[in-house]
Amino acid sequence: MAGFGIGQPVIRLEDARFLTGQGRYVGDVDLARQAHAVVLYSPHPHALIRSIDTRAAREAPGVLAVLTGADAEAAGLGGFPPLFMPAVRGQAVGFRTLRPVLVADRVRCIGDRVALVVAESLAEARDALERIVVDYQPLPALVDIETAAAPGAEAIWPECHGNVAFELRHGDPAATATAFERADHVVSVRLRNNRLIAASIEPRCALGVYDTGADAWTLYTASQNPHGVRTMICDAVLRVPQSRLRVIAPDVGGGFGLKTNPYPEDALVLWAAKVCGRPVKWVASRSESFLADNHARDQVVEGALALDATGRIVALRAQALHALGSYTFSAGVAPIETALKLIPGFYDIGTLDVSTRAVFTHTSPMSSYRGAGRPEATFLMERLLDEAAVQLGIDRLEIRVRNAIAPASMPYATPTGMVYDSGDFAGLMSACARAADWSGFEARCAASARAGRLRGRSIVGYIEQGGRFNDRMELRFDPAGGVSVVAGTHSHGQGHATTYAQMVHEWLGLPLEQIRFVQGDTDQVPFGRGSFAARASLVGGCALRLAADAIIERARPMAASILESAEADLTFAQGGFQVAGTDRSVSLTEVARAAFRPSGLPVGGAVGLEASGSWAAEPPNYPNGAHVCEIEVDPETGEVSIDRYTVVDDIGTVVNPMICIGQVHGGLAQGIGQALLESVIHDPDSGQLLTGSFADYAMPRADDFPAFEVGFRSTPCSTNPIGIKGVGEAGAVASPPAIINALIDALRSQGIHEIEMPATPARIWQAIARHRGDRA
Amino acid sequence: MATINVNGRSMKVDASPDTPVLWVLRDELGMTGTKFGCGMALCGACTVHLDGAPVRSCSLPVSAAVGHRITTIEAMSGTPVGKAVQTSWVANDVPQCGYCQSGQIMSASALLAKNRKPSDADIDQAMSGNICRCGTYNQIRAAIKQAAASLNGRA
Ligand code: FES
Ligand code: FES
Repeated sequence: MAGFGIGQPVIRLEDARFLTGQGRYVGDVDLARQAHAVVLYSPHPHALIRSIDTRAAREAPGVLAVLTGADAEAAGLGGFPPLFMPAVRGQAVGFRTLRPVLVADRVRCIGDRVALVVAESLAEARDALERIVVDYQPLPALVDIETAAAPGAEAIWPECHGNVAFELRHGDPAATATAFERADHVVSVRLRNNRLIAASIEPRCALGVYDTGADAWTLYTASQNPHGVRTMICDAVLRVPQSRLRVIAPDVGGGFGLKTNPYPEDALVLWAAKVCGRPVKWVASRSESFLADNHARDQVVEGALALDATGRIVALRAQALHALGSYTFSAGVAPIETALKLIPGFYDIGTLDVSTRAVFTHTSPMSSYRGAGRPEATFLMERLLDEAAVQLGIDRLEIRVRNAIAPASMPYATPTGMVYDSGDFAGLMSACARAADWSGFEARCAASARAGRLRGRSIVGYIEQGGRFNDRMELRFDPAGGVSVVAGTHSHGQGHATTYAQMVHEWLGLPLEQIRFVQGDTDQVPFGRGSFAARASLVGGCALRLAADAIIERARPMAASILESAEADLTFAQGGFQVAGTDRSVSLTEVARAAFRPSGLPVGGAVGLEASGSWAAEPPNYPNGAHVCEIEVDPETGEVSIDRYTVVDDIGTVVNPMICIGQVHGGLAQGIGQALLESVIHDPDSGQLLTGSFADYAMPRADDFPAFEVGFRSTPCSTNPIGIKGVGEAGAVASPPAIINALIDALRSQGIHEIEMPATPARIWQAIARHRGDRA
Repeated sequence: MATINVNGRSMKVDASPDTPVLWVLRDELGMTGTKFGCGMALCGACTVHLDGAPVRSCSLPVSAAVGHRITTIEAMSGTPVGKAVQTSWVANDVPQCGYCQSGQIMSASALLAKNRKPSDADIDQAMSGNICRCGTYNQIRAAIKQAAASLNGRA
């Protein structure tokens, strides 16, 4: 299907509404008689709530309700358990918390929800909020993971000693110890993955509606996973059957993991809607987003690599502390597991011994954010490889090529329990180096030096895991022969309306304009799990493939009847059935229309034409690739400019190159943001959040980036029928080490061998000045 | 009560003088194309034109807009520059989640209205106040250049 099928750069079908102001996000939905809610967030990272006085707030003008934790308990509302714990994969049972919708007794982070005010207008709700008097007894706070995990630290949860919720470990400690003793070379690093916030430009928002007659709710929420929201809220919080809640996630203004699971506000607006008998809308301000959204990363890791004299890796060791924040909330466990499992990358490591501890802190709960553990893992491995190359005097590309798993070794089982199915890792790195003019570096470096600048470069390789859980896709024809793709996944920027239509066009031969896209509504989509962990292309794509195959089989009896031939004589191609050896044919559209004829049962026995397909990410896929980065540093100011950035990715079958390139760019922007700009900072003593706005939290902007060179060199995935590998996380995974390794390469001549993220001009300038001082 | 001119039409709005234009547009007039991102003139999501110049409507009191022309995303298809920008935006596959894109288009079309041959530096300067968390910056740069070329070709 040349032109619009798989592999074509089809223009996105969903763009027009975004360019004319016609997108429909939750904030754009206003309902009759809607009231407005604001939440009182804890200003303390740790405090006892001695009392809450809401009398003045209740009497304030326009107020409809003031709700507290005591009210939530009285109403029988439950709380939020973690989405899962490592125990589901046979790992540690661990310590789990339940996060209440409103906290009644002890706040454990800034941004813990303490009360909800509902009023006629937003201004009245805000005014009333000011009148709530909470008597807090502030207590010392542990906001830093190392302090929280130190021996003797006060327990954040009394029953959880040492503030470690669980510990995970992979490998063979004895073999690793022996390998380290016998190794010719050992290098080690200590790294910190800075705490980040997704900061989607659309803040989180929720609009709850209660239908008294039906005793049922509707929730509009900015979510990546509306069915998941429904399950959690009905089962854990409202304790009502899931059929009583409809969740609608319309256009969503960026997710990146932030909006994968429900937050207390999603439940609060539903509860308040019932209490007030009015629709209740809540929209986070930007400062509330910084305070109360989940955060991500925040890991400290020490790692070491043992190598033989030729630069072959013989063993790897790592120990990490990874923050959970104040609760085991949402998918907070996921990045911790992944950051450990993916440490070996695509390198053939003899043996390893890696462990991590999940640490409670008095901060916002942690959860997934683009990459979710993959960047942490890749950062460690790629920093170690650079240090090894320098110590052994081997070219940094060469040491990677030497240690990369060979295509002939596929399938390859890692010592951390993954099985890679496909990939040509050394080939990718060489291709990326060529595309980036690796060998022309010296000349560019000399030119930079003449201009008083330090030039550095890096090459890094990465592999990650795409796809998680199972999902379901449906194809539903209407009586006129149009078809709807009913998706269990959720697109909030990934262009699914287009890529799924390309697939359907390829497999069923229907024109794009006949294909409609439905998602994000639990009443229209029977079931789904939304989008995260680069899963939609695999589970959505393969499930859709099965649905398409099923449509052909369901349509076949009707086609045979129309063509007056035997089913066995029919072949399906080009959007229709042909009778073998004749020129007789009928289009799928005509067959679909026939299935809606009013009289008599259609051939095949069912009115209408529809089918679903299901797929599980077992096994998942392993997207991989190489990044080459060249940067310049101005040693007088510490300013960094990225001069060139080249990516060659293996994402298997590329459905739409334009959309995939956009996904890679997005990941790069976020990964480079982590490396150079972004950091959520708490005051270590007061525990206060110091980065509460876009004035303090540096977001990547247009002038921070060069033109990225992105290419694909695909080895189709061998474990799914369309050969697909995920793309959503890719850019964010390899870019932090690409930037930091290039930066350290530029600064080595100044005696600098490490620099913390974000490598801001101030940090770089201070490092240069310090080393100048040392040498003077 | 204030009377403001939005997209060429005179509108009476019932808002206190210090209400930001963003909320007048969204809440009073039901024009939701202009987005809220920060409320502090730090993200660009709320960008509209005031007499053709890009301004952050979240930080522009409605009293300051009286007597001036406000143009929003909803009217951009009706202007040659806006049309050219939207067309090149589609051709370059710029939007991802779309949330920042109203603001991006308003900033880009204001740039092109006064500078038909913007350099990379001009583009970065005009666009650096518009954050896109989806990272569509490269595509935006390419789309602005393509829109400039098409506008120049027509001129
Ligand atoms: S909402 Fe106006 S600049 Fe962010
Ligand atoms: S397209 Fe999503 S924030 Fe710009």
